[in-house]
Amino acid sequence: MSLENTPFWEVIRSSFSAAIWKEVGPAVWDTVYMTVVSSIIMFIIGLAFGIILIWTDKGGIRATPIINGPFGWFINILRSLPQMIMIIIMIPVARSIFGQSYGTNPCIVAIAASCIPMYARMVESSLLEVEKGKIDAARSLGSTDLDIVFRVWIPEAIPSLIRGFTVTVIGIISMTALAGMFGAGGIGDIAVRYGYQRFQHDKLLACIYVLIVIVQLTQSAGNLLSDHVRKKRGLM
Amino acid sequence: MGDYIEIHDLNKTFQTRSGPLQVLNGIDLSVQKGEIFGIIGFSGAGKSTLARCVNGLEKPDQGRILVDGKDVTSLSKKQMREERRHIGMVFQNFNLFESKTVYENIAYSLRIRHEKKDLLDQKVKEVAELVGLSEKLSSYPGGLSGGQKQRVGIARALIGEPDVLISDEATSALDPQTTLQILDLLKSINKEKGITILMITHELDAIKYSCDRMAVLEGGKIIEQGKVVDIFHNPHSRTGELFTKVFFQFQNDEFQSGAGI
Ligand SMILES: Nc1ncnc2c1ncn2[C@@H]1O[C@H](COP(=O)(O)OP(=O)(O)O)[C@@H](O)[C@H]1O
Ligand SMILES: [Mg+2]
Repeated sequence: MSLENTPFWEVIRSSFSAAIWKEVGPAVWDTVYMTVVSSIIMFIIGLAFGIILIWTDKGGIRATPIINGPFGWFINILRSLPQMIMIIIMIPVARSIFGQSYGTNPCIVAIAASCIPMYARMVESSLLEVEKGKIDAARSLGSTDLDIVFRVWIPEAIPSLIRGFTVTVIGIISMTALAGMFGAGGIGDIAVRYGYQRFQHDKLLACIYVLIVIVQLTQSAGNLLSDHVRKKRGLM
Repeated sequence: MGDYIEIHDLNKTFQTRSGPLQVLNGIDLSVQKGEIFGIIGFSGAGKSTLARCVNGLEKPDQGRILVDGKDVTSLSKKQMREERRHIGMVFQNFNLFESKTVYENIAYSLRIRHEKKDLLDQKVKEVAELVGLSEKLSSYPGGLSGGQKQRVGIARALIGEPDVLISDEATSALDPQTTLQILDLLKSINKEKGITILMITHELDAIKYSCDRMAVLEGGKIIEQGKVVDIFHNPHSRTGELFTKVFFQFQNDEFQSGAGI
């Protein structure tokens, strides 16, 4: 059903019909799957990168400009690549890992690669927000460098880390839609194949609903979790 | 009673955007075992820098700091970590770990040393009792008053059984009544445990209330040191004079406004 020959409200009504959702429904799971797996990969590697950045920073554990400089550059370069280009670059990488360059799993590699640098910077800025005095206190109590990072620095930053993670996960959701164009399946795939190529605007609308709901749920979950931690700590 | 902390010709210069900034310019100081020694100076005089040098948070450019005969400026990183067990530090803005309960804040230095659980538990409860926080162990610092926060800070430093406690403006963020309670606590810790206290402050009241001897820090140097009473009644330095002048003026003002009623 296209907006070009059908009244708007008819398209809307059709976008809630069972026939449409039979097709959109399974795609939701593809999108959720891609989002969850990419987010987990991004979380682990992004956190590690963020820790490297802060460890070697001037105000960090041990100022090491010789690592911090180039590593910062590397992350900036990755960040300056548009997501579409990142997907194209990751095609050969994905092929070497999965033996194919099309489909959900290869696109997960591209999505994670694209979001890791952004999350690394978020981790860095969250950690930099932690008051230096707490690090001094931890040192004065005899902490090793590892104690400081894992017992003080990261735990103190958790509410802020959660908020940053939420923002990047939402970035991942929008990128799964883009990855749909490269055979990743999911909501983006439906939106492009039917909404763009075949003018089936009812399906496109259904995709939009799904994206709105997923993004809202993610944001609310992130806010709830971060607020919960802050409440527990008596900070709000 | 010998010298417990000896500082000789301590120098520290920071490289800042606007060029080198010499903060400590040949500090000489000696603190005896078991005393409460006050260091007073205006804000920016270099008090915190001096404190940070003593427990190795800052590396001096030149000079020696002997704590119990050991030169802390020449220790390796690992040795310094060991040495810090003997040097507790309390901060103006508490610097508590907001992610941890009061219990875990106090337990911190034992946790990182992987102390046995029941011994740790026993010690935490003991120290909490001492500072009057037994009821608050499961709270988070975020929900405590300033005075309670500083008690946590003190307990956290005490649990490692230090020989010396550096108090860097520990009461400067507190109201007068709470200040008095915290000073009383420090005094009783000094008395009962024999812990030497280096009390750094810009409040002459605090020093007059707690210290036996004191030093005046100005322009990166110790320009005066001796018994608190002597410096009070006969200050030789500009800072010393200014401080005592302000101090006595406040007292007079209070008296006059009281008399006016
Ligand atoms: N890490 C640092 N880098 C540059 N300047 C510093 C640093 N730490 C302290 N200073 C400067 O040294 C001077 C003394 O600071 P501080 O020791 O904190 O004084 P106080 O505790 O007596 O108020 C101040 O002018 C401060 O700006
Ligand atoms: Mg200071």
